[in-house]
Amino acid sequence: MTRKITLKINGKSYSHEVEPRLLLIHYLREVVGFTGPHIGCETSICGACTVELDGKAVKSCTMFAVQADGRNVTTIEGLATDGRLHPMQEAFWNEHALQCGFCTPGMIMTSKELLERSPHPTDDEIRHGLEGNLCRCTGYQHIVNAVRAAAAKAGA
Amino acid sequence: MIPQNFEYSAPTSLKEALALIAKGDAKVLAGGMSLIPLMKLRLAAPEHVVDLSRIADLKSVHEDGKGEFPGGALHLGALATHFEIESSALVRSKCPLLAEVASNIGDVQVRNVGTIGGSTAHADPAADYPAGLMALEAKVHLTTAKGERTLPIDQFIVDALSTALKPNELVREIIVPVETRGTGFSYQKLAQPASGFAVVGVAARVRKSAGKVTFVRVGVTGLAGKAFRATRVEKLLEGTSGSAADIQKAAAQAAEGVDANTDLHASADYRRQMTKVFTARALTQALSRAD
Repeated sequence: MTRKITLKINGKSYSHEVEPRLLLIHYLREVVGFTGPHIGCETSICGACTVELDGKAVKSCTMFAVQADGRNVTTIEGLATDGRLHPMQEAFWNEHALQCGFCTPGMIMTSKELLERSPHPTDDEIRHGLEGNLCRCTGYQHIVNAVRAAAAKAGA
Repeated sequence: MIPQNFEYSAPTSLKEALALIAKGDAKVLAGGMSLIPLMKLRLAAPEHVVDLSRIADLKSVHEDGKGEFPGGALHLGALATHFEIESSALVRSKCPLLAEVASNIGDVQVRNVGTIGGSTAHADPAADYPAGLMALEAKVHLTTAKGERTLPIDQFIVDALSTALKPNELVREIIVPVETRGTGFSYQKLAQPASGFAVVGVAARVRKSAGKVTFVRVGVTGLAGKAFRATRVEKLLEGTSGSAADIQKAAAQAAEGVDANTDLHASADYRRQMTKVFTARALTQALSRAD
């Protein structure tokens, strides 16, 4: 009982036969090999598995791969272009917005969408926007700093 | 966390979807924010999943001048996401309470995917929408291959996770009134910190005229198995000047006569107490926004 899906991941087309129950995160990591999105809580809470689906941040542990059929997925691997980091990746680096790095791919994907929707967020808006991403190294302040820095740089 | 396998259909028309679910034993997938976690835990193990997400007809959000409500209505397609509702200029201007409730659901990734139809059909007793939908006296438009019907939200939600929806029926849209000018509104919730679900959540709408409160609607979620309208609170506040003392006196009745839930997050007594506190907060903010 499999189904053929065809989708774009980071701009490139992929096609596979998958079981309908295969979660998008397992498809990305185990079938296609994009291990940037992480499996954290597996219960739609922590946001480590966040990817973009048609430009919107989603938790790929709470979505079946078949739901992404015909759509565009962007993972953390798809952000850098020609060896240059995405401005949000650069801001996380400059502001030391990570310790262990496990939550970072999800944090960056959600932060990227946050600035696309609201280019000049307040600190409260940044914190509200990142409610769906947990960091267990207590790094939130530096993450907020990074998003603020990325916003300032984009506005400069 | 791997669900039991299932047959998957992704119809592109409502007609096709209704024919698929009429066969029985199908579970309907909208955004999946409730269903997929249940399937991962194997609390739900449907044989057949019908994914509605490719049916464009179910995504429409539009205004209808007449019809369901005297002042006009907003029709929210079942597949309208929480993000679409919180950010829609139409909803924000014509039914701002609903936009405020939507912006309080879960987190942004959940709001990007979760839908108003899916949430309403799931009828989680701690969901946010039911408080707003009760305060708005919303209606639920249901459809089958053979016909349609519209139920008031209070009749649609039967109990925790239980609705009047028949196995061959789909939620087509949620209908809310276009808000009367000058109506104040507020949604206040005590959120469970990990999940964001409402331990209790209270939605309020109020109108004032010549120094008197003329209209009050209060919807409460999280306290009981089913969200409800706190009619005692409404009656006590209507006709008063809406002073802080009037609000406290009315809000004190918010949990009266309700069989309150106890779970690991909160005892029944604590939920009752918080319902009074959050009812007072919602009424206070709603009155401050009314003019």
